[in-house]
Amino acid sequence: MAQSAYLRGLDIRDVDVADAPRHSAVVRITHWMTALSFFGLLVSGIAILLAHPRLYWGETGAVGTPSLLDLPIPFTLGHSGWGRYLHFLSAWVCVVTGLLYALSGLFSRHFRKNLLPTKTDLSSRNIVRIVSNHVHVRRPTEEEALRYDVLQRLAYLLVVFMLFPLMILTGLAMSPAITSVVPALVNVFGGQQSARTVHFFVMTFLVLFLLVHIAMVCVAGFTTRVRAMITGHGVPRREHP
Amino acid sequence: MSRLLTRRALITTGLAAAAGASGLGVAVHLANRYGLIPPDHGGIYGVGETLTYAAQRVFTSRQLLAREFDRSHVSKVTPVNGPPPESETYQRFLATGFADWRLTIDGLIARPSSFSLGDLQRLPSRSQITMHVCEEGWSFIAEWTGVQLSYLLNLVGVAPQAKYVVFFPFDRWWDSVDMADALHPQTLIAYGMNGQALPAPHGAPVRLRVARQLGYKSIKYLSRITVTDTLRTVGKGLGSAASEVGYSWYAGI
Repeated sequence: MAQSAYLRGLDIRDVDVADAPRHSAVVRITHWMTALSFFGLLVSGIAILLAHPRLYWGETGAVGTPSLLDLPIPFTLGHSGWGRYLHFLSAWVCVVTGLLYALSGLFSRHFRKNLLPTKTDLSSRNIVRIVSNHVHVRRPTEEEALRYDVLQRLAYLLVVFMLFPLMILTGLAMSPAITSVVPALVNVFGGQQSARTVHFFVMTFLVLFLLVHIAMVCVAGFTTRVRAMITGHGVPRREHP
Repeated sequence: MSRLLTRRALITTGLAAAAGASGLGVAVHLANRYGLIPPDHGGIYGVGETLTYAAQRVFTSRQLLAREFDRSHVSKVTPVNGPPPESETYQRFLATGFADWRLTIDGLIARPSSFSLGDLQRLPSRSQITMHVCEEGWSFIAEWTGVQLSYLLNLVGVAPQAKYVVFFPFDRWWDSVDMADALHPQTLIAYGMNGQALPAPHGAPVRLRVARQLGYKSIKYLSRITVTDTLRTVGKGLGSAASEVGYSWYAGI
C-alpha cells in the first residue's frame, strides 16, 4: 500500500517514493474541511462585523467612546442574524476538523517529520537560499516540492499552533456564558472588547496567509499542487507493474 | 488483494455507519431528555445551534456567575437601540409613573399572581455590576438592581414539569429562557439602573437581565411572564420574536 510506504521512512525503494502520496489522507481531508469552514467563518464574520465596524481596547466600547480603529466601511445592520448562525456552524466544523488534524498529526508524527524545521532547514545558508528562491519567484523542482521548505514549515506552524488557537480562544473569550466558567479566558486579553479586536486582527493575518498560500500554489504549479492535495499525487499515478 | 480490501472496507464502513446512526439516535434521545435541544434546532444552521447550546449547557451547569465589576468600571455611555414603545397603553403607564402597571405571572405555577412596581421593590433585592453586550458589537457596564427571577418563581410555586419561562413586553420582542437561566442567581427582574429608577429607554418599569447571554436576551418593558413546558405553542414555536426574524434563541455565544 502506498500509505505504509510513505510511513516506513527513508529506506524505501524509488518506486515506492514515486507512489507514496504527497499528502496523507487525513491531511487532504482536513485541508479541504478547513478551507470550507474558513470560508464560512470569514463570510459570516464580515457579516457580523458590518453591524459595528469599530474596534476598541478594554472591557467596553460603543459609539461615543474612544475607539482603537474605525474601519472605513458604513455601519450595516441586518446581516448578523444569519451571520451568527453560519459563524457557529462553521466554527464547529473548523474546531472538530482541527482536533482531528492535531491528534492525527501528533500520532503519525506529521508535525515532527514534516513541519518542525530541521537543523539544516534553520542554517543561515539554507534560509538565505530559500528566501532568495521566494524573492525571485523561482519554481521548486519536483524533488524540492516533495518536502516543505523552512518558510513553509514556519508559516504552517504559526498558523496551526498560534493563529487558529488564538482565534478559538478570543472567540470563546467573547462568550458571557463561557467566561462565567473561565473568567481568565477574557481577562488575559484585557477585556471583552480587546478579545474582539484581537479576533479581528488574527483574522487579517489568516487572510494574509491564505493569499500568500494561494499565490505560492500558483507559483509551484496550480494543477499539480491542487491535484496532490485532492488525490495525494501531483502527477497522474503510475500503474503497478 | 483488492477484492479483499473492498470487502473489508465495505464491512468497516457498514459497521461504522450503523454505529454512527445508533450513536446519533442515542445522542438525540439523551439531548432531548436533558433539555439540550434549543427551539430553533431546525435546518442546517440548527445543527451548529444545537451543538453550541448543548455544549454550553453541559459546560455551564455549575451555575457560576457572569463576571461582575467594581463601580469604577461603570460606563458613562449607555446606548440603546430605539425608543420606548409608542403604544397608547405603554405611554399611559409611562405618563403616570407606572402607578397602575402590574406584572402578571401565570402558566405552570401554583399561585397565578400580579405584582405592582412597589410590590417588586419591597421584595429582597440584588444589585450587580455586569456587562451588557449587544450582538452588533458595542457594549457597556452598568449596575442593575432588581428581584431575582428565581425568588419570584419560588414565590408563585413553579410546577415540576416547567421547562421555560416566557416574557411578554409592551413591544414586539417577546422572548424565553430555559430553567437554567431562569433560576440563575444573576437573572433579575430589574427596576433600577446605576442607582436610579430604570430609565424608559432602558426598559421601564422593569426589564429582564440575563447576565450570561447577549444583550438582546435581556428584554425590556415587561408586562407578563408565563411558565411553560413547551415553546411550540408560543408564536411560531421558535422560542422568541428574535428567532422569528433570524437571530438565534440562545445567545450565550
